[in-house]
Amino acid sequence: MLYANDIHKSFDGLDVLRGVSLSIARGEVVALIGPSGSGKSTFLRCLNRLERVDAGEIALDGDIMCRMEEGQICYAPEDTLRRITLRMGMVFQSYHLFPHMTVLQNLIDAPMSVKKLPKKRAVEMARVLLDKVGLSDKANMVPCQLSGGQAQRVAIARALCMEPEILCFDEPTSALDPELTQEVLAVMRNLAREKMTMLVVTHEMAFARDVADRIVLMEDGLVVEEGTPDQLFDSTNPRTRKFLRTDG
Amino acid sequence: MTLKFFTDSQKLWNLTALMLDGAKTTLSIFFLTLLFSIPLGMAVAQLRMSKKPLLRGPVAFYIYLMRSTPLMLQIMFIYFLLPMVLPFRVDRFWSVIVAFTVNYAAYFAEIFRGGIQSIPPGQYEASQVLGYTKTQRFFRIILPQVVKRVLLPVTNEVMTLIKDTALASTVAVVELMTVAKKQVSSSSSIEPYVVAIVLYLLLNGLAEQACKFFERKFSYYQ
Repeated sequence: MLYANDIHKSFDGLDVLRGVSLSIARGEVVALIGPSGSGKSTFLRCLNRLERVDAGEIALDGDIMCRMEEGQICYAPEDTLRRITLRMGMVFQSYHLFPHMTVLQNLIDAPMSVKKLPKKRAVEMARVLLDKVGLSDKANMVPCQLSGGQAQRVAIARALCMEPEILCFDEPTSALDPELTQEVLAVMRNLAREKMTMLVVTHEMAFARDVADRIVLMEDGLVVEEGTPDQLFDSTNPRTRKFLRTDG
Repeated sequence: MTLKFFTDSQKLWNLTALMLDGAKTTLSIFFLTLLFSIPLGMAVAQLRMSKKPLLRGPVAFYIYLMRSTPLMLQIMFIYFLLPMVLPFRVDRFWSVIVAFTVNYAAYFAEIFRGGIQSIPPGQYEASQVLGYTKTQRFFRIILPQVVKRVLLPVTNEVMTLIKDTALASTVAVVELMTVAKKQVSSSSSIEPYVVAIVLYLLLNGLAEQACKFFERKFSYYQ
């Protein structure tokens, strides 16, 4: 479904991604793990077009976002890029809810403005999703009245309101305490059960082990190892063992 | 000191009526300046933040010029410049409006630029991944947050503008201050200045309350 091949990205001469490749099948949950600064978030941001890659190829089903042509990176026309963007959702570490809108407005504004969904339909969908993340009673609150866990669940519902085919999470629980982390992980577990395709950058090893179909370990802008949770946690690769602390 | 107006209600009423007539022009300058300079300031702010140096450079110089020279000088310069560059006659009132607009747009532009640049990058990123176009993003996500952030500095500018309208007298536009000066010299009494002070206080009091109303309106979120 999502295909990224040999992605390179540097910032001011610092190579952050040095040839990362990853494919995700429909309905698959992939956990992207690795030490801080390994390039996980940058890779996710490249997939969501928040960063422009220097080299490589990204495609979502048949839609090519970018590819190499005569040694130069070549992005698709803007309308194709927008079409791809709308098929992908993104949940950020710091939620990035719109502070001037209520929770309900946060959910319905993009479907109405971007997808031109009628208000009645958008509100119906938003209420179903708020119920799903356990926040039906917060519809008329503004983000500053929510706890971190609630804000992150609203952010997940907001992303789902756009009916994405794949949902990317960039360390969704890193800013939360253990209790609030569990609230958010519970919502993500439910999504995984419903076969939502997800790519999750996380430091939650228990979540990665229990929920992910595949774990990808990155370091220094490269994929160190990837495989099922069992393969990774039983890996003989010293770096993987050291990171996962399975080396005794 | 003998009181000429405050002891005679008829004279005081006549003086106030004359001053209120001048205040009409003051208000016209005030509202027309806001009407033109706020949107112009927003456009200038966008150009000031342009990635293209050919756009950004001249706009930065325009802001520097407006903020570094006296408004009085700008009013006089524009008053004498316009008849030279335009094929039609511009009366003194409209040349004052042009001068005030280009001056205040420069100040508003810097306020708006500060407001826009203070919006966290995450707001842009969230709206981008949700598929908003640049125009939708600006009007639906960024601008409402900018308005809240710039309300206080804009209030300052609005209150300064009411006082600055007195500079229109430089090119003999008859506004509140012109009337007051004329009445003082013809009556040899400073009472018209007292009436002018009261009227300026009233106008600025109303402007401050209007700005506070908007502050309260936007106080529902942090």
